[in-house]
Amino acid sequence: MARAVSKKRKAAYTALAGMLGLCMFFPVIWILVLSFKSETDAVRTPYQILTSGWTLESYAAVQERSDYFLHFTNSVIIALGSTLIALLIAVPAAWAMAFVPKKHTKDVLMWMLSTKMLPPVGVLVPFYLIFRDLGILDSRSGLVFMLMMVNLPIVIWMLYTYFREIPAEILEAARMDGARLRQEVLYVLAPMAVPGMASTVLLNIILAWNEAFWTLNLSTVNAAPLTAFIASYSSPEGLFYAKLSAASIMAIAPILVMGWFSQKQLVRGLTFGAVK
Amino acid sequence: MATKRSRSAARLMISPAVILLLAWMIIPLALTLYFSFLRFNLMMPSGNEMVIGLFGKGLHVPSPRDLTGWSNYYWFVTDPTFQAAIINTLLLVGGVLAITVVGGIAFSLLLDLPMWGRGVIRIMVIAPFFVMPTVSGLVWKNMFMNPVNGFFGHIAKALGFQPIDFFSEIPLLSIIFILAWEWLPFATLILFTAMQSLDQEQLEAAEMDGAKWPSRFIFIMLPHLARAITVVILIETIFLLSVFAEILVTTNGGPGVSTTNLTYMIYVSSLLQFDVSMGSAGGVIAIILANIVAIFLMRMIGKNLDA
Repeated sequence: MARAVSKKRKAAYTALAGMLGLCMFFPVIWILVLSFKSETDAVRTPYQILTSGWTLESYAAVQERSDYFLHFTNSVIIALGSTLIALLIAVPAAWAMAFVPKKHTKDVLMWMLSTKMLPPVGVLVPFYLIFRDLGILDSRSGLVFMLMMVNLPIVIWMLYTYFREIPAEILEAARMDGARLRQEVLYVLAPMAVPGMASTVLLNIILAWNEAFWTLNLSTVNAAPLTAFIASYSSPEGLFYAKLSAASIMAIAPILVMGWFSQKQLVRGLTFGAVK
Repeated sequence: MATKRSRSAARLMISPAVILLLAWMIIPLALTLYFSFLRFNLMMPSGNEMVIGLFGKGLHVPSPRDLTGWSNYYWFVTDPTFQAAIINTLLLVGGVLAITVVGGIAFSLLLDLPMWGRGVIRIMVIAPFFVMPTVSGLVWKNMFMNPVNGFFGHIAKALGFQPIDFFSEIPLLSIIFILAWEWLPFATLILFTAMQSLDQEQLEAAEMDGAKWPSRFIFIMLPHLARAITVVILIETIFLLSVFAEILVTTNGGPGVSTTNLTYMIYVSSLLQFDVSMGSAGGVIAIILANIVAIFLMRMIGKNLDA
């Protein structure tokens, strides 16, 4: 089906798409540049910014301004913790729904997804009061629990779609060959399920890392992850462009890298299988 | 193949997830509904307290003696801010949808053309989706839209124009722009994925029959993309109804109430003015609005599950 396209046209398409791609990506490039400038240089004209000297001082200043590593650690704990706990609860559930489907399995699955469509602001007050009265406002465990619940439906859903692709005949064949349950799970199912589980984990770490409703409303200082820490820059304080850039770059870099690896899973996870 | 034993094992495996999600949904929903009919301000306790047992600690809420009927809904809906918030919410959702759907179709058509380095270009287009909301809000506000030190301001001055003060002159449009930048990658990714399942032979056959590009687009590509476009619209709507962080870090809902959407209005009344009952009434309204969209989305997902 490959049609012959002249080199000229291909070059033109490449140039056009490349330009638009650069426009979309430009803000990230620009804060990367600003993060290596001094505060006084960062507010000059773009030409002066590009020709001024480079420095690492903003990255050091971010840590001085407030405990950056505390917030980074919070983000890591909240994103990893919520994803792993969700996985522990979701794997058995998705497993059962995929391999022992019942009459109501589909309804249960749809109901789980529907909880995802509840606007968070509709339940903000009750959760705020519950957190306050349980004394877990601004605590990591509270946020881990919250984000675990927020993402649980997506984790179950994604795992279910992956597990369902594993043909049941393979299991039967293994059983006929005399495989015990332990062997069946370990040698037949696990190798086929691991890739799907890995991409589920990846996508949910990304979602939890960037979650900015509950993290902003249920944390203040101690448990504040990077989303909330960056928000503290919204009250301007003298010159802060370079520091804000450095903090932003450090906050988005790990997720950008992970995101690039998970483009395909993104489609599956966020459209709930409605687009293939 | 499913034996009786494996069936009961299956039930055991599903139950933790079901119980957790059920509790996580029912308890807050019931409380929101209850609060919305109370007189309940965190700063002015009425003294009629009751304690709902919760892990031995107890949730302190007003007792039913403080019930006031529908008045919270009445005051919330007749608040002039409510009208503004509804209009802003609709403009915001509609504006971002228009930009991202049209832009997403254009991008996915473009990326489908023969070119070098498609992988790299696609990564650059998709990247904004992975930037956390508070970062994109603050970066656009300060480094680009600030009239004195921002990138756009410098460009305008260099070209001899008066720089625009984005967040005081066109605040809502500025937020729509930032959100469109965040969501255009999502639309592009979904539509591009859908585009790749288009039957190339069908296109070629149409071309050989003399169909020009516009008619190939309207009669073959668009119908093929229709389903994906609907999914993009529904999912984006659900997320865009709940936009919060971008507004919080850029305008705080202002100037005045010009960028206050329903989500932000509820946040202000419940957590800044401590008027829990008003916030809860607003919350119930937000849930109803989101459900109208969710019903359509669920129907589409359900259909696909059967296939």
